[in-house]
Amino acid sequence: MASSGANSLRNGPDEDGRFGIFGGRFVAETLMPLIRDLEVAYNTAKDDPAFIAEMADLRTHYAGRPSPLYFAARLTEHLGGAKIYLKREELNHTGSHKINNTLGQILLARRMGKTRIIAETGAGQHGVATATVCAKFDLPCVVFMGATDVERQAPNVLRMRMLGAEVRPVTAGAGTLKDAMNEALRDWVTNVDTTYYLIGTAAGPHPYPMMVRDFQKVIGEEIRIQMQEAEGRLPDALVACVGGGSNAIGTFYDFVDEPSVKLYGAEAGGHGIDVENGHAASMTGGRPGVLHGNRTYLLQDADGQILEGHSISAGLDYPGVGPEHSFLHDAKRVTYLPITDNEALEAFQLCTRLEGIIPALESAHGLAQVMKLAPTMARDETIVLCLSGRGDKDVESVGRYLGMHK
Amino acid sequence: MTTRIADRFAACAKKNRPALVTYIMAGDPDLETAAAIFKALPGAGADVIELGMPFSDPMADGPSIQAAGQRALKAGQTLNKTLEMVAEFRKSDQATPVVLMGYYNPIYIHGVDRFLADCLRVGLDGLIIVDMPPEEDAELCVPALKAGLNFIRLATPTTDDRRLPVVLKNTSGFVYYVTMTGITGGAIKSQAAVGAAVRRIKSHTSLPVVAGFGIKTADDAANMGREADGVAVGTALCNAVLGSLDAGKATAGTVAAVTTLVAGLASGVRRARN
Repeated sequence: MASSGANSLRNGPDEDGRFGIFGGRFVAETLMPLIRDLEVAYNTAKDDPAFIAEMADLRTHYAGRPSPLYFAARLTEHLGGAKIYLKREELNHTGSHKINNTLGQILLARRMGKTRIIAETGAGQHGVATATVCAKFDLPCVVFMGATDVERQAPNVLRMRMLGAEVRPVTAGAGTLKDAMNEALRDWVTNVDTTYYLIGTAAGPHPYPMMVRDFQKVIGEEIRIQMQEAEGRLPDALVACVGGGSNAIGTFYDFVDEPSVKLYGAEAGGHGIDVENGHAASMTGGRPGVLHGNRTYLLQDADGQILEGHSISAGLDYPGVGPEHSFLHDAKRVTYLPITDNEALEAFQLCTRLEGIIPALESAHGLAQVMKLAPTMARDETIVLCLSGRGDKDVESVGRYLGMHK
Repeated sequence: MTTRIADRFAACAKKNRPALVTYIMAGDPDLETAAAIFKALPGAGADVIELGMPFSDPMADGPSIQAAGQRALKAGQTLNKTLEMVAEFRKSDQATPVVLMGYYNPIYIHGVDRFLADCLRVGLDGLIIVDMPPEEDAELCVPALKAGLNFIRLATPTTDDRRLPVVLKNTSGFVYYVTMTGITGGAIKSQAAVGAAVRRIKSHTSLPVVAGFGIKTADDAANMGREADGVAVGTALCNAVLGSLDAGKATAGTVAAVTTLVAGLASGVRRARN
């Protein structure tokens, strides 16, 4: 809960949806009444025993929680430093942490009497997780996905369609996550009476950043218990990849007020942070601005026009980041570092060959950060990486990069 | 507070007709042509001019205005250039109210204080900032009002009687009633529904109420203007620009394409209450 004392960094958001200067509710008037309703509905639901019980049941029997904490012995040995644990979010139903959030929001949408679900997706992991819960709860689902991403994440597009969702390719801009989110917002403004917008990351207007964080914080809470069982103490470092940042905030949140635990977010460094518009590292290479309903670090030009950014990973290819990350960045509580496409590809292969686990390209960015960090730490220290998703969706495009299509 | 907006609505009311509020995108299809369109609008019958500030991510706009913004950005439009367009316009027109319409981020990056000072310097009358609801008033709305600029707010079908007072509290100049939920350029609601909504808003405020979103023809303007104090047209003007282009570039007919449309709309508002 956000009530850990005056000096806590976990007190956000305030009643205006702000984490320090970040966050807020910068949306068109059409959406404002709905966002207020959503806030009330969420605040009521989260303390309702029936809602809590239904969530717990779905997490256990549908999503497969708790996800295992796995000691990666060969990675540890290979890197020659800190002990590396993987939080296996990729073993959740649908193959990523995204199901944690979609289960919570679909229950909320039902409570609010909404009859149609829309979502945006980058890598398709959130789209699949949304299509999944819509199939389960028999609600029509439209997923907006950048046309570029439709191509580079083809297996997930097929999964969504098989689950009964309509996938609408968005050709505006660079055809990536930002453009998908614009189009989802336009749909929502048009169909505001019937439609629930199931946002996939801890960004957007209040209450989404808070709500998505709350649905994802189970990751960190489980890590705390599982590390206690495995090592008898807290981890020394936590690492997660950051696009919008839902798996990262879910991993970090329970440890934000634990000063002994170092927190690292791996941003998408793309072709390199010095290449203009060649990366998606909004905190390393951007500055605060207002987009998609919140103030946060954004990639933008001198005139406040938003840049498209680039990442090999569709899930990180977004010019913004959740507002709580911007807050934790300015508070210097979390260290956010860019990981290039090539570093992520190297980590992808290392994890696959050494541990027999094919990680999502998103998660591979986190692993690349672990590869830099582990050798600098003592052998009795520990790192937990949130392995947020599995890489089945990426094998086609990685195979192409590596020249394996022969 | 600048008085051009109030003066203009009062003058239209005196003639028992709604005001014609026209929207063009600054810098579309290029700075020079957009400035020529801007300058020609009052002569064609526009009473109030909304000048769109292009933004890379116009989340509440339909395809036509999105495309207009993209054309403007591609042609190199910036916020400074948009502001200077107004300064240039004021050299030949001191009476027509001009309001800027767009999204917050370019203003935030420009710096709010500097932006408001620039607005006053170039002769602007008000702002319509789509992603700036009453909940964020401290950010821009209150400073703008203090500086003497009108802050015009959108009310929508989802703005119920409970919320209307919140929306109207810091609104000045006029109220922009969006006649439907949705993005700009969508389908229009019935005249009766719009009339009822306009009456509902007028029961909460003495400000003029302008109806917009979906008005394309002189007949639409005449129908919607029966009870509204003004009708706003944007998408149709952007489409007129688009239709006049050759390979994306302005032609000799671009300015006339817009002024002809506006002249027709102006005839519509003039028979709205006959």
